[in-house]
Amino acid sequence: MASTTQLPAAPATIPEKVTTRRRPQRLGRSRPNFLGGLGGWLWLAIIIVPVYYVVITSLKNQAGFFTSNPMLPPAEPTLDNYKLVLENDFAKYFTNSLIVTVGSVIPALFVAFMAAYAIVRGKGRFLSWTNNVFLLGLAIPLHATIIPIYWMITKAHMYDTLLALILPSIAFAIPVSVLILSNFMRDVPNELFESMRLDGCSDWAMMWRLALPMTKPAVITVGIYNALHVWNGFLFPLILTQSPDTRVLPLSLWTFQGEFSVNIPAVLASVVLATLPLLVIYVVARRQLLSGLTAGFSK
Amino acid sequence: MSATTTTPQRAVGAERAPGTRRTLEKGPSGWLAVPALAFFMLFAILPLLGVLFLSFTRWDGLGEIKLDGLSSWNTVLADPVTGNALLVTAKIMFFSFIVQAPISLLLGVFTAASQKYRAALAVLYFVPLLLSSAAVAIAFKALLDPNFGLGPGLGLPILAQDWLGNSDLVLFVVVFVIAWQFVPFHTLIYQGGVRQIPASLYEAAQIDGAGRVQQFFNITLPQLKYTMITSSTLMVVGSLAYFDLVFVLTAGGPGYSTRLLPLHMYLTGFKANDMGAASALGVILVVIGLALAVFLQRLGGKNRNASQLEGA
Repeated sequence: MASTTQLPAAPATIPEKVTTRRRPQRLGRSRPNFLGGLGGWLWLAIIIVPVYYVVITSLKNQAGFFTSNPMLPPAEPTLDNYKLVLENDFAKYFTNSLIVTVGSVIPALFVAFMAAYAIVRGKGRFLSWTNNVFLLGLAIPLHATIIPIYWMITKAHMYDTLLALILPSIAFAIPVSVLILSNFMRDVPNELFESMRLDGCSDWAMMWRLALPMTKPAVITVGIYNALHVWNGFLFPLILTQSPDTRVLPLSLWTFQGEFSVNIPAVLASVVLATLPLLVIYVVARRQLLSGLTAGFSK
Repeated sequence: MSATTTTPQRAVGAERAPGTRRTLEKGPSGWLAVPALAFFMLFAILPLLGVLFLSFTRWDGLGEIKLDGLSSWNTVLADPVTGNALLVTAKIMFFSFIVQAPISLLLGVFTAASQKYRAALAVLYFVPLLLSSAAVAIAFKALLDPNFGLGPGLGLPILAQDWLGNSDLVLFVVVFVIAWQFVPFHTLIYQGGVRQIPASLYEAAQIDGAGRVQQFFNITLPQLKYTMITSSTLMVVGSLAYFDLVFVLTAGGPGYSTRLLPLHMYLTGFKANDMGAASALGVILVVIGLALAVFLQRLGGKNRNASQLEGA
């Protein structure tokens, strides 16, 4: 974090600092970078074409899909595909995704924050060992543990429940959360903690009244990152749930694709609908989201 | 927040705390870390030991688990599909690294500079970050359709191939789709890295008469060393978890041409109902992931934490 040096002077402005921070203009910036620009626009085309194709196709009817040019927008756009998807329990899958995401991100943040605080502020063999366990978790493809998790969930009679998705999601979110939060917390100056301690503040109070406000950008980053992961998660729902009652959005796309494989426009409408909520959030909170993610991973 | 700004003054007259001296040195209780640790132990470390144990058993996923010595390992190691899955995994890991690393580095450098139209580009650049792998896979499946997709749409016969049905091409299609989805994330990492390079370095170089290219190779690249290690580690270890995307896009086919190790594990366990063999594949996956992560961190010369503290 470049904000390290500013911390003691103006702690209250850190969140704003991070979101609006701009590098001063470099000398000679005005010389245009043609090659960079060319590459930039080329990549933009690569990003945009599939998105454009999905959107225009989702607005075509079956006949239009088979007869019109695939890259041209429909002559008569229709929302029938969207209607079909919404009639197919989209709201239920959306709610399930929401429950699983909120239900795992909030507890994961809570426990990871406490652990990060203990690891950064505390001493002793237990905490350094704990930190190493979490670092190990980052290096291991945790997907490999899915079979024992399936066994545990079945044994606990949680198979095909939303809780079956929430519990492992919390666990898998912890290593990266602890890493980002503790990296960020190390930059909080020790003097602040010490002076609070001398005021007779308990660790619990220091954690919530000092560490939490000071690491707000990191907390937001971790929250967003985990939420994206859980919201888009596919493997846990595929293995740990079965019935439509516990189906989450990404899995519903896949099953919908199986059921409606002849109706490609409808399948693509379901893709648009599943992405739309995130897109709305992105448009509203883009700066916060991107600066948070940047700060979290490029320390 | 108000507490943090007012405490420094009060702390000056802090003779009231003979008893807090000890707690000051000790820091917070380790108990604070216990909930996170407990969760992680229960759903990650314990299953990690579990997968090792299950690799020495026979289990169909429903009935009893029976100890069966090395038979699952023998099955897995004798099966040519395992070797093929390892090869496919290595190929996808290699090619997607070769494709993604330079693109995300260059895009990261490009987007880190602040100019108006770049800000507009950046809004769209990061849209793939939001999409689930299932959505991406379904979108590309439709887009690559030889009859109703991009090829006929643009009238370019060369694009109207059976991309996903051709076992020579499909691997590169998978690599491309992976890049489409994950380059934005790594671009973001590099963008953050570049923004942390002190502007004074560039100013000094400018005074010395260094051009844009010289600045890139002599300042930007060396300064991004730890960013590169972080990004590469995530890229390489992450490619052991490209399950969702490949599962929905190709289901491992045609034949075995895109059957990655994690996918092979899933199909062995949950489709062929051989959890013992699938567990052995899981163990192989863990060992490879661990070895790669250690190797990449060594490459950096320092451990991850130290590097990050120093870069701060």
